[in-house]
Amino acid sequence: MRSEPAVLHPVLIREPDGTPAVNSGMVDAQGKAVEIACVTCHATSTPNPQINRGDQLLKFHQGLHYAHGGLSCLSCHNASDYSSLHLADNRRIEFKDVMQLCGQCHGHQLESYKHGAHGGMNGHWDLTRGPRTRNTCTNCHDPHAPKFPLVQPIFPPRDRISVPLPEHPVQKTHELLPKNP
Amino acid sequence: MSSSSTSGCGKEDCGCVSRRTVMKGVGATLGAAAFARAIAPLTEWVDTLSVDEFLQRHYKELSLVDLKVVLRRLEKETKEQYGADVTISDTKPQEGVKFGYALNLSVCNGCRKCAEACHLENNHDRPSNQSYIRVFEMQKGSMDMEQGNAHYDKPVPQPDKFYMPVQCQQCEHPPCVDVCPVEATWKEPDGIVVVDYNWCIGCRYCEAACPYHARRFNWTKPVIPKEEINPNQGYLSNRIRPQGTMEKCTFCLHRTRNGRLPACLEACPTGARVFGNLLDPQSEIRWVLEHKRVFILKEDLGLKPQFFYFFDS
Ligand code: SF4
Ligand code: SF4
Repeated sequence: MRSEPAVLHPVLIREPDGTPAVNSGMVDAQGKAVEIACVTCHATSTPNPQINRGDQLLKFHQGLHYAHGGLSCLSCHNASDYSSLHLADNRRIEFKDVMQLCGQCHGHQLESYKHGAHGGMNGHWDLTRGPRTRNTCTNCHDPHAPKFPLVQPIFPPRDRISVPLPEHPVQKTHELLPKNP
Repeated sequence: MSSSSTSGCGKEDCGCVSRRTVMKGVGATLGAAAFARAIAPLTEWVDTLSVDEFLQRHYKELSLVDLKVVLRRLEKETKEQYGADVTISDTKPQEGVKFGYALNLSVCNGCRKCAEACHLENNHDRPSNQSYIRVFEMQKGSMDMEQGNAHYDKPVPQPDKFYMPVQCQQCEHPPCVDVCPVEATWKEPDGIVVVDYNWCIGCRYCEAACPYHARRFNWTKPVIPKEEINPNQGYLSNRIRPQGTMEKCTFCLHRTRNGRLPACLEACPTGARVFGNLLDPQSEIRWVLEHKRVFILKEDLGLKPQFFYFFDS
């Protein structure tokens, strides 16, 4: 066995960036999307704890696709401060600590995650040689509808064992991927 | 079945076998007609072989200097044939490392991103959509990969199905290695079964011997546009394979021997794949083996794959 090295490279977990905001649908003079921080509206509107779906709302968020068990908005969003979230015991947490929140109910997944057996990653298996970057829950799961969506698979093989499918042209989806580093 | 240990290079106990000696041996066992058929691919393709390549020694016999010469020659040939500047390296196995791979069938959604990543990383032939991974769409309740469908193209996952990606299982007792008449394929100390593409005679015995359909044959010269060629190449892994040779998953050894994760793992959007060092008790792969109910494919064959499957319980 190799002897333990003094320094291991870091494992970075991707974090949701910035303060939470919604896209207003408008663009500014530079053509950039205008984002509005949640607190802009939520500082003045009174939360309705009965509501747990977008289509029950009269203003904003009506189109929100919601499918996350029996939770309501305020199960996770912090009614007294919309720039943060809260745990089951009401402790306030930042959006970037979302994994702590999800892990309350999804302990099995969290445990697998902690051992590298859940969630996508990039970089090194051997941390003595380089770092690794890992996804956080919301990189893959929409928090409002966390079930992994249906996707169109990438092209099937066309080798001799596999029967060729002449009516299916080669899909060039890989051109959309980033080039090899 | 194990291959003969007739020395082919003149050196004692080097373990290599001359291709020509074996050809004769195969001829004696097969009979003239069958032998002619068996070597037909070689005679057809011999035109495309450079003299240097034909005279090239077995990988294990190459001195460091020889190897350097070979690597530079192959880089030059790639430039001539494909117009791409590539670097071909030969990263050796790391001591104290034996690779294992595990795959969580509960989260694999059959999107084939892994197969695509392999296709790109390993400079596979573009027209055939080649990849070392075949993802089988399986009926829930069945575990028989022979019943799986690798050609599905409906959105995934379908409700009554699950998805099982299969690539080389890096068997502990690889039958593909046993049947190779010229020792062009062997198992490395880190557990990876490799092929010396320049030594392979294209007989395809290994393909027939592999119960996982993990080997691929280059029927034609691979077609890859110059700009799509991955220039970071390994002699025993992703360099562009010559026509008429056999190839297979190498756990991306040009990456993994440098500590990096395999391309298919990085591409997996569901995090179904776990890779690491089986000899390190702290590794993630060991955690999976110790905490999940893992199984291997076609266990009854006794080949001891180093590729494991599990379901979340
Ligand atoms: S899976 Fe097939 S190619 Fe890979 S080592 Fe086993 S027999 Fe050989
Ligand atoms: S480990 Fe590398 S060579 Fe093997 S299937 Fe994955 S991408 Fe392909």
